[in-house]
Amino acid sequence: MNHTTVTTSGAAAYAPESKLRLLWKAMYAHRVSYLFLAPFLVFFALFTIIPVLTSIGLSFTYYNILESPRFIGLGNYRLLFVDDDIFLTAIGNTLKFAVVTGPVGYIMAFLLAWLISQIPNRYRFLYTFCFYTPAITSAVAMTVVWTYLFSGDRYGMINNWLLQSGILNEPWLWLQDVKTIMPVLILVSLWMSMGIGFLAFLAGLQNVPRDLYEAGAIDGVRYRWQELWYITIPSVKPQLLFGAVMQVVFSLQVFDVSVQLVGIPSPLYAGHTVMTHLFDYAFIRFEMGYASSIAVVLFFIMVGLNRFIFNILGHKE
Amino acid sequence: MAVSSSTIVKGRFDWGGLALYAFLTVLALFMLAPLVYMVSTAFKPISELFLFPPRFFVMNPTLKNFHNLLLASGTSFVPFTRYAFNSVVVSLGIVVGGVLISAMAAYPLSKHVDMPFRKSIFNVVILALMFAPQVTQIPQYLVINKLGLMNTYFALVIPYLAYPVGLFLMKQFLDQIPDALLEAGKMDGAKEWTIFWKIVMPLLKPAWSTLALFVFVAAWNDPWSSAVYTTTEDMKSLPYALTTINGGTANAIATAGTLGAASLLMIVPTVLVFVVTQKMVLETMAHSGIKE
Repeated sequence: MNHTTVTTSGAAAYAPESKLRLLWKAMYAHRVSYLFLAPFLVFFALFTIIPVLTSIGLSFTYYNILESPRFIGLGNYRLLFVDDDIFLTAIGNTLKFAVVTGPVGYIMAFLLAWLISQIPNRYRFLYTFCFYTPAITSAVAMTVVWTYLFSGDRYGMINNWLLQSGILNEPWLWLQDVKTIMPVLILVSLWMSMGIGFLAFLAGLQNVPRDLYEAGAIDGVRYRWQELWYITIPSVKPQLLFGAVMQVVFSLQVFDVSVQLVGIPSPLYAGHTVMTHLFDYAFIRFEMGYASSIAVVLFFIMVGLNRFIFNILGHKE
Repeated sequence: MAVSSSTIVKGRFDWGGLALYAFLTVLALFMLAPLVYMVSTAFKPISELFLFPPRFFVMNPTLKNFHNLLLASGTSFVPFTRYAFNSVVVSLGIVVGGVLISAMAAYPLSKHVDMPFRKSIFNVVILALMFAPQVTQIPQYLVINKLGLMNTYFALVIPYLAYPVGLFLMKQFLDQIPDALLEAGKMDGAKEWTIFWKIVMPLLKPAWSTLALFVFVAAWNDPWSSAVYTTTEDMKSLPYALTTINGGTANAIATAGTLGAASLLMIVPTVLVFVVTQKMVLETMAHSGIKE
């Protein structure tokens, strides 16, 4: 597997080559590959790596945006884990939310994409449109709809139905009652979760070589589920990994929906997530250092989860 | 070449197929319901917005909400079309630049297996996906400021060009494509650049169409960037303009109709882009017989 077009002539062929020299040679041989990577890496360094490292640095300081940062060591982290009860609530809520929306949203996205791939082309577009459009809408715009559906008085659509059908005797405060805040958030998020993962699955399923299915049919694949299990899933493994990572990030960074539906702070912090906690400290109280430490903790939770996912779905190279 | 139903298996297709369609249709209607409501809200007169019992569909549709929306923005000194123009320029810039840069970076990461630092570069990109974007906003702002790009279109475009999600998506798609397809080009002695344009990009069509759609939607709906990186009114984008029209409060009852109209207008371009890109995804050619 040698992709070089030009190899360096052996000027140093008679000298025993050091590790560094070998590395340099390999890098020089791949200079075209690095050229391909260059634009991405430049922008990535400027707008992602530098800001992220800055944030990690700030998490060890007291920084209120107006004054310059003051180094306080692990003070923020001590506060976060020992004195901040609300943060623990937020972690609990986020995990509750993620445990449901993560797996359910993921499996739903894949199954729907697969079912759509099973029907003739001319109808596919219509169904794709129906499932994906909710993800296009912004959380802000949809608030009009949700507040109307889940309104706590009898004007709310859902209360109205339940009262009409006699299931409830009095209107239920969907968005103020601690018992229903989380389920409603989960429901709305699931509705919006047919996003990039779903699209990636759809496109990936298009890419599976058709002759694999033909070969499978010859080899005795009888039923659709056999085709799915033995041929389709192994073929779209790269997309499955992508979708899983996206789903983890999506589930743990829940923020918009919570703010739009139940506000900051939510009643008894029932809809308070790690992200809303972070936003509260960053853009309401302007304690940037503390907010950065929350970000770092969230970051480690995600890295841990994704390690686990990569071990399951990542191909061993 | 249109691909017919992808299933090769001939079995009891009728019953299974029927159940499948029934299930998909019911679910699709369920998913669409809130959107239908939103469309109908956009056309509701004020008298119907708060009826009891609440009604799902509009009875006497009116264009008054749209009229209010365009009038409200027409009173400011920047015409509505300027916001729209800014949004179009910025979104297209991010889509074209972002997709190209991601594809170019994904190619060596996926196919040049013996490149030094390949794994570590990819791992850093994946890690970057997981960092909360909110806290990096302030350092990002400082970078833009240091580069002297405030109030330019560049400030609204370049922070979003290196998009880790995009690189990750492209790499996964390239991983799915058998090496043999690229080897053919190498045999003919084609340069990497030629291979990339002539072989990799056409093969990646479903991937970059998908990414283009996703990036466009994100850029189009993003009120943040123009709020942060620009200070003059004529550089603001559409979502920003809409949040100011609605007074920035999502729960304002008085503007429910106007907000409905605004969100409907915001959705139209994204739906158009969706139609174009999905057609591209679904039109993908079936691969010629390459056995792995």
